[in-house]
Amino acid sequence: MSMSLEAGFADPVPDAQRCFRAVLDAMAHPGRISCATGVTAPSPLGTAAAAVVLSLVDHETPLWLDPEAAMARQWIEFHCGAKVVADPDACAFALAMALPALHRLPAGSHESPETSATVICQVDSFGTGRAFRLHGPGLREPLTLTVDGLPSDFVSIWRRNHRLFPRGIDLILCAGDRLTALPRTVAIEEV
Amino acid sequence: MNDTVFTPNPNAARQHWMSVLARAPAIAIESALTRDGPLPAWTRVRGPETGLVMVRGRAGGSGSPFNLGEMTVTRCTVRLASGATGHAYIAGRDEQQAELAAIADALLQDPATRDVLCDSLIRPLAEAQREQRLTRAEKAAATRVEFFAMRNMRS
Repeated sequence: MSMSLEAGFADPVPDAQRCFRAVLDAMAHPGRISCATGVTAPSPLGTAAAAVVLSLVDHETPLWLDPEAAMARQWIEFHCGAKVVADPDACAFALAMALPALHRLPAGSHESPETSATVICQVDSFGTGRAFRLHGPGLREPLTLTVDGLPSDFVSIWRRNHRLFPRGIDLILCAGDRLTALPRTVAIEEV
Repeated sequence: MNDTVFTPNPNAARQHWMSVLARAPAIAIESALTRDGPLPAWTRVRGPETGLVMVRGRAGGSGSPFNLGEMTVTRCTVRLASGATGHAYIAGRDEQQAELAAIADALLQDPATRDVLCDSLIRPLAEAQREQRLTRAEKAAATRVEFFAMRNMRS
């Protein structure tokens, strides 16, 4: 074992349940910021990204890591028992420190759209950076989300993903101990 | 497999001490670890936590696997100040035993403390466990009943 294995959730059951609830709320209300804590995150993961991985990923969900997230591979494998796959096309979850190429991830099939990948992507911060206008299911009125750390052509990337519906990737954005979700159903425009 | 060269298991020593620790009572591990001073500082990486493990078997040792039943297992992982990580899986619900066994596993991985601990902790425990096994086997052997009819039928 390595010399730096850190602990996971301080109180595993309640902490994982709270984080799961935060993800559920975020998915139901795209763009709303939730909070996920209770974990000592290994570098380079933030608290929220680490908590979401611990809550959602286990041995039944193949996980793909981008090169930077792979630094925390040992911690993830130990605490989640996750099977880390080298091929992004074979994953159920992707953990990335920068938005990965969405078209290389499984988008599900028309018969089983739920088999698509969920991307847990760490960004720099919410409330600063570029503003996006979100509308779609879960939003009574369009909502403005400000995110720092997404690629400059994110709106066109997302448009391609959104058009695949009912197929498509669901995105969970994490920054520090905060997270928000962009399910495939949400439409995004530049402000 | 056409590779018939015997390769010794590099983890054999660790497997041995982990299996001895898994069978040892908490009080015995603690008294051996604290003989020359207090326990080293440690942090819990995971657990101690209790869960169920499905035990699988094969009929006759070679048939297709079946689920024998679930057993209660307590596991614990600790990290010492030195960075060494120790693991323990024990049968039952004794969290203290699991934690002490994990600390002992971490200490045993350190070459500086391994030999001393092997002598003071593992060897006496292994010896006691072996004697216990022998006593039980002797008791069982003394009351053994041969079913000649079944034995003749099978052979």
